[in-house]
Amino acid sequence: MLEIKNLHAGIDGNEILKGINLTVKKGEIHAIMGPNGSGKSTLAKVLAGHPAYEVTKGEVIYQGKNLLEMAPDERAREGVFMAFQYPIEVPGVSNAQFLRLAYNEKRKHLSEEELDPLEFKDLLKERAKVVEMDASFMTRSVNEGFSGGEKKRNEILQMAVLEPRLAVLDETDSGLDIDALRIVAGGVNQLHNSENAIILVTHYQRLLNYIVPDYVHVLAGGHIVKEGGKELALELEQKGYDWLKTAEPETTGAGAQVR
Amino acid sequence: MVTEIITRGNSYHEAFRALQESQPDSPGSWLTRLRESAMESFQELGFPSVKDEEWKYTNVAPIARIDFTPAKSATTANIGSDDDELAAFEFVEAKHSQLVFINGQLRSDLSSLTDLPPQVVTMDLSQAISDERYGEIAWRHLAQQADYVANGFTALNTAFISHGVFVYIPKGITVESPIHLLFISEGAQTANFPRVLVVAEENSSATVIESYSGRQDAQYFTNSVVELVLKDGARLEHYKVQREGTRAFHIATTAADLGPNSRYDATTITFGAELSRHDINVTMDNEGAECWVDGLYLVTAGQHSDTHSLIDHRKPHCTSHQLYKGILDGKSRAVFNGKVFVRHDAQKTDAMQTNKNLLLSNEARVDTKPQLEILADDVKCAHGAAVGQIDEDELFYLETRGIHHDLARNLLTYGFAEEVIGKIKIESIRAQLDKAVLNRLNTSLEA
Repeated sequence: MLEIKNLHAGIDGNEILKGINLTVKKGEIHAIMGPNGSGKSTLAKVLAGHPAYEVTKGEVIYQGKNLLEMAPDERAREGVFMAFQYPIEVPGVSNAQFLRLAYNEKRKHLSEEELDPLEFKDLLKERAKVVEMDASFMTRSVNEGFSGGEKKRNEILQMAVLEPRLAVLDETDSGLDIDALRIVAGGVNQLHNSENAIILVTHYQRLLNYIVPDYVHVLAGGHIVKEGGKELALELEQKGYDWLKTAEPETTGAGAQVR
Repeated sequence: MVTEIITRGNSYHEAFRALQESQPDSPGSWLTRLRESAMESFQELGFPSVKDEEWKYTNVAPIARIDFTPAKSATTANIGSDDDELAAFEFVEAKHSQLVFINGQLRSDLSSLTDLPPQVVTMDLSQAISDERYGEIAWRHLAQQADYVANGFTALNTAFISHGVFVYIPKGITVESPIHLLFISEGAQTANFPRVLVVAEENSSATVIESYSGRQDAQYFTNSVVELVLKDGARLEHYKVQREGTRAFHIATTAADLGPNSRYDATTITFGAELSRHDINVTMDNEGAECWVDGLYLVTAGQHSDTHSLIDHRKPHCTSHQLYKGILDGKSRAVFNGKVFVRHDAQKTDAMQTNKNLLLSNEARVDTKPQLEILADDVKCAHGAAVGQIDEDELFYLETRGIHHDLARNLLTYGFAEEVIGKIKIESIRAQLDKAVLNRLNTSLEA
């Protein structure tokens, strides 16, 4: 589904990703872990197409297409979704308006009939159960005045509505209390199936107690320095990241070796 | 001052003489005198120039240069009687509480008032003036709020008062249907002088919509003056929808006088005309009055919109809130000049003023000047202005949800305007605005 080859990228002329290799197949859950500043969020943003980040080398093939040539909205309609670490507030646009518009953009793209407000309301009600969200959130402006946990739940609600093939969740666990974490993780688990794939970007192992990854990749200094199964996350929890910081990057193509 | 136009013996003069001679020594002869004195005032003032501080950013020389012909009496303009043409300008909520004006002149034959309570009076202004019952009320209030001695445009309008409208809401009456004053300009090169006097008696309640439309391709000049008098405890909701043709000149004054404990809610929507200027003056000369003065101006390439507001707190315990938002696209220009004046006696005033502008193009320009002048010492006042562009992070966020770039921009523009649009209580005005803001958007936004 996704193949990242020797990806170099940065912002304002500073290279942050220094040769990332990663292969994700459908049905898989990958965790990208690493200390602050390792490039985890940069990777997520590059995949979503953030205009501030520049890819200087390498390629990203998604569903057989060159992802890097696609505009962010195009990527989204093709099934790529990123849950933001800091979801943006959009004043004056209600959550329901926004979600219906986004949903219908995708339907149009797939040459499917658009849903009218009433039909969409039913769909939204159904999907909102995934993250236990109340109807009152739908008439409020997107993320405006939402608590940190509500914003993260709203991200997963968007994922539930848009049903992406590839979801990149950027630090979705940060700032969540234990109840919110359980709801958000439960939502992601409900949405995961054999046809889609999930990349979890996280600093802590905590989230992985709820969403169990098939593979764990550790990012440090813009390289993947360690890869393994879910047990690697536990090891990191015990040892921290420091012992890896000095480690040499794994040889090119390491991403492919784990499977 | 541009005075050449007067000495030239132009159409204004001829039309003015013709108007004066058509109604000699009628029972309303004070009106003839009022017009005479207003014309003298106009001759003295002329059209303002950019040297005048109040007109610094708005050059009305094009209006002065063109020899517009004041529209003749109402009966001669037979265009506009087409039902379909009219329907395009209607607001469904006011279909049967609608007064139609062609070139500023009331056309009773095109108006429908069946939804109004029988106590409500809507009368041709020239008729009201000579009316036994309402003449005195009209005389007491007409040309009292809108100052024709200081403002050339108001002077010119006052010199041409004839078939405007007098709206009278008697004591304690609540009018459910909005009263729509629908001004349509027909023909080209005409000057129209809409004139409105609304008197809302004690504890009455009503909604007035004032809308302006005209031919898209025609050059014409609308110069309107609306005076509103709210008595003790009266409530008036007022919408001004300016959707003139793209080559039109629109100069308007709204003057409201608020009685004790009255409440005035004004929303001004500006999206038409090549050049427009709106002066809105609210006088709070009685205790306990409250007003909301909101507005939204949407201009695109080649348009110029100017708003000047004056909220005059003269007595204690009055509240005023003002929110004006502007959206500028292409090579357009907008001016916002808002003055809140808190006089010495106006203790316990609560005044808030905000002007925010969204520039959608690098060629757009806005001049905003919120001003607070406070002479009382126990007041709560705040004001602010902002000019910004579409937020890149917000844009990216919407795009990552699959929303096309242009649609995302429109959606954010809509979100910006929503703070004003969302407060509009008349559904069809709101719908029209939604459409105007989301003009490139084919999807409806209901949800």
